[in-house]
Amino acid sequence: MIVVAFVSFSLFNFVGDPVISLTGEDSSIERQAEVREAIGLNDPVYIQFSRFLGNVIQGDFGISYQLKREVSDLIAERMPATLELVFVSALLAIIVGVILGVYTGIHRDSFVSNVILVISLAGVSLPTFIIGIMLIYLFSVILGVLPSFGRGEVIDLGFWSTGFLTISGLKALILPSVTLSLFQMTYVIRLVRAEMMEILQTDYIKFAKARGIKKNTINYKHALKNGLIPVITITGINIGTLIAFSIITETVFQWPGMGLLFINAVYFVDIPIMSAYMIMVAFIFVMINFIVDITYYFIDPRIRIKDEMS
Amino acid sequence: MLLKTFNKIYDTDVGYSFFNSKIAIISSTIMFIIFLCSVFAGVVAPYNPFDPASISLMDAFTPPSWSEGGSSSFILGTDQQGRDMLSTMIYGSRISLIVGFASILFAMVLGVFLGVTAGYIGGRYEIIVMRLTDVQLTIPSILMALLVNGIAKSVISQSMHSEMAIYVLIFAIGISEWPQFARVSRASTLVEKNKEYVSASRIIGLSNIIIMFKHILPNILRPLLVIATIGLALAIITESTLSFLGVGVPPTTPSLGTLIRFGNSFLFSGEWWITFFPAIFLIVLALSINLLGDWMRDALNPKLKIR
Amino acid sequence: MSLLKVKNLNISYPTRKETIVASKDVEFTLERGEILGIVGESGSGKSTIANAIINLIDPPGEITGGSIKIDKIELRDNEEVIQKIRGKKIGFVFQDPQTSLNPLFRIKDQLIETIQTHLDLDYQEALNRSIQLLEEVGIDNAEKRIEDYPHQFSGGMRQRVVIALAISCEPDLIIADEPTTALDVSIQYQILELLKDLTQKRNLGVIIITHDMGVIAETTNKVIVMRYGVIVEQGDTKELLTNPKSNEARSLVISVPPTNKKN
Repeated sequence: MIVVAFVSFSLFNFVGDPVISLTGEDSSIERQAEVREAIGLNDPVYIQFSRFLGNVIQGDFGISYQLKREVSDLIAERMPATLELVFVSALLAIIVGVILGVYTGIHRDSFVSNVILVISLAGVSLPTFIIGIMLIYLFSVILGVLPSFGRGEVIDLGFWSTGFLTISGLKALILPSVTLSLFQMTYVIRLVRAEMMEILQTDYIKFAKARGIKKNTINYKHALKNGLIPVITITGINIGTLIAFSIITETVFQWPGMGLLFINAVYFVDIPIMSAYMIMVAFIFVMINFIVDITYYFIDPRIRIKDEMS
Repeated sequence: MLLKTFNKIYDTDVGYSFFNSKIAIISSTIMFIIFLCSVFAGVVAPYNPFDPASISLMDAFTPPSWSEGGSSSFILGTDQQGRDMLSTMIYGSRISLIVGFASILFAMVLGVFLGVTAGYIGGRYEIIVMRLTDVQLTIPSILMALLVNGIAKSVISQSMHSEMAIYVLIFAIGISEWPQFARVSRASTLVEKNKEYVSASRIIGLSNIIIMFKHILPNILRPLLVIATIGLALAIITESTLSFLGVGVPPTTPSLGTLIRFGNSFLFSGEWWITFFPAIFLIVLALSINLLGDWMRDALNPKLKIR
Repeated sequence: MSLLKVKNLNISYPTRKETIVASKDVEFTLERGEILGIVGESGSGKSTIANAIINLIDPPGEITGGSIKIDKIELRDNEEVIQKIRGKKIGFVFQDPQTSLNPLFRIKDQLIETIQTHLDLDYQEALNRSIQLLEEVGIDNAEKRIEDYPHQFSGGMRQRVVIALAISCEPDLIIADEPTTALDVSIQYQILELLKDLTQKRNLGVIIITHDMGVIAETTNKVIVMRYGVIVEQGDTKELLTNPKSNEARSLVISVPPTNKKN
C-alpha cells in the first residue's frame, strides 16, 4: 500500500505542473509563485509526502483539475455504482462458473461439455467491450428490452445510492453485469474443471469408489468440497480484474462509476483523480485479499487445526 | 526430401498432435492468412483508405454489397468518411498485429532476461526481481497498461502525443506482460541450473553469460512459446481495448479497436457494418491465436503425453 | 466353494503405438481364512489384477478376457453387481494412507457414510459401530479420535483407519495393495499382525500385493510370483521360500533376511 501511495504522490507532484493546471496556462508568474507556496510545493519532499499521506487518511484527495470539484466527493458519488456492478458480476461469475465447471469436469467428453468449453474459449478471446457492444445491439437495438446506458433510477440511502431497489435500476444492471462477468466466468469454469478432473484422479476418490460410495455422492460431495478451495483463492484476484474490467464496461454502458471517472481522467490527464483512483483500488484490493485469507482459514481444517494444536 | 522432413515432424509427438488436430491446423492457417494480408496490405487491399485522394464523402455509409444500396466496388461497405471497410480492416489489422507482436517481444525480452538472470544468479537480486513480479502480477494488465499510458501521456508534451503514441502503447502493454515471462523463465532456469550440462559448462570455464543464454535458454523455450502465443492474443485484445477507450493508437493510424469505436456511434442509426466487420475480424484473429496457444499448451506439456 | 476364483484373466493397455499386455492368462483361487500374496517387481502387473477384481483399472486399461468369480458370482462385465459388492463384499486397502482419506472430512463422517451406504443403520447405530471398528483395529481413545481429521493421525494410525473403513460393512474378501510400503518398518509389523488377526477372527479371504518378500514370508499362506504380467510360480509360501523353482522366485527369496524364513 505504501508503494502505491508513493507512486500516487510522485504522480501528483512531479508529473506535469500542478500549479499550471490549477491556475491556467496564462497566469502570471507571481500568481504561480503564490499558489506554489500555498500548496506547499516549496517544502522538502518528505514533508510533502507525509502531508499527502495525512490528507489521504483523512479522505482528502485534493481537487480535480478538470472538473474543479473535490475528488473525494466525486469518488464517493460514484463508488456505489461500481461496487454494485462488481458485486453482482462477481456473484454471477462464481455461481455460474462453478456450476458449469463442475459439470464439465465430471462429464468430460459429453457433447454438452464440449459446447460449454467452446463457448468459454470464446469468452476469453472476445474482448469485453465487444461483448458489451454485441449485447447492446441485440437487446437494446434489435429487441429493445433492456436499456443500453446509464443506471436507471437509483434510491438515495444517505451515503449510498442503490440501483437494487428499482425495476429500472435492476434492468439497467443486467447487461453490464453479464458483460463484466463473462470473462471471469470462463476463467472460473476452466479452473473448476481442471480442479475437478485432477481431484477425480486422486487416491481418496478412488478409495471412496472402492468402498462402494455412489457416484453422485462422490462427485457432488467429496470432489466438490475439495474443488471449491482454489475458487476462493482466486476470488481475491478476481476482484482486482473485475475492477479493472469495470473500467471498460462502464465506458461501454456509460455506467456512472469510478471506472468511467478514471478513464476520463486519463484522457484529460487529470492527475488528482488518477492518483486517488489508484489508492482506492489498492485499498479495496488489500481488503479483499485480507477477507479471502480469513475465509480460507475457516474452510480448510488443515490450517485451522494446526493453529489449535500449537 | 521435403517428404522426409514432413515425416520426421509427423513422427514427433508435437507434430502428430498438430496434424491430427483440426483446430490447430485451421487456426494457424487463419493466422497465417491474416498475417500475410497485413504485411502485404498495400497489394492485398482494394483501396488505400488513408490516401485522401481516393476517398470521397459521396460514398459514405454505403452498406455491404449484398444488401440494398450496396455496390460491388465496396464489398463490405464504407464508413462515415467513405473509406472502404475491407481496406480499413486490413490496414487496421496491420496496426493491431504490429503493436501486439512488438509489445510481446518487448515483454518477452525483458521478462526472460530478468527471469533467467534471477534464477541463475539468485541471492538478493533474485528476491528483488521476484517481489517485483509478484506485486505486478496482482495488478490486472489492463490497469497497468492504462496507468503507464496515462503517466507517459502526462510526461510527454501535447504535440508529441500522436507520434509517440504507438511506442508508448507498445511500452505500456509490454510492461504489463513481462512478469509472466519472468516467472516462468526463472522457474525453468532453477530447474535447469542443477542439471549436469550446466556444471559441465562451468567446469570447462564458460562464462556465466554464455551458459545462461546459449545453453539454458534453448532448453526452456517450450513453455515460453506457449505463454508468448497466448500473450500475443492478450496483447492484441488489450491494444484494441485501449484504442476503443480512446487511449490507444492515434486515430490517424487506426487499429481494429479504433475502427470499432468509430463504428459504435452509428450502431443505433442502423449502419451496423461499420462496427460489425472490424469486430468479427478482431474476434477471429484473437480466437485463432488463442486456439493455437491452447493446443500448444496441451501438446508441449510433458505431463499430458498422448497415448 | 472357493471364495474367489480367477480364470484366464487378460488385461491390456492399448496405447497409440502399441498395446501393452498387463496380465496374461492369470489364474488362481482363494479360500476363506487364507492370505494370498501376489509378489513381483514394479510393472509385473500385480496391482492391475487387484484393480481388475473391483473393476477400477485406470483407463485406457481394460479387461480383455477371462472370468472373476466371487462366491460363484461373475464380476467381469457386470458393473451393476460390482457396484453393490464394492465395500460390501470386498474391502480394499490402498498403499498410501496419507492420500487415501479425504482431508476435508472427519473420520467419523467417512466411516458413517460408508456404513450407511451398505447397511441399514441410523446415524447413532452407525456411529457406535464406527467407534467399535476403530477399537478393533487398535486405535485407543476411539470415541474422541473419531472426531478428528485425517491429518491429525500418524501414518500407522491412518492405515488402521483405512483398514477399519475396509472392513466396516463385513466384507468376505480384503484386497490390500502394498499396505505397508508407505509406513515405517516398525509400524509395518503391527499392521501385518492386525491383518492376520482380522483374517482369523472374521474368517476373511485376503490378498496382499507387495514387492517385499519379507511381507510375504511374514504374513501369507499362499503366494503368486508375477513377472511381466504372467504368473511364473505359485504355491504354498513355505514351500516357495525353501524351494523356489523359478529364477524370479529365487532372486526374490534371496533378498529376505534369514530370520523371517523360519515361519
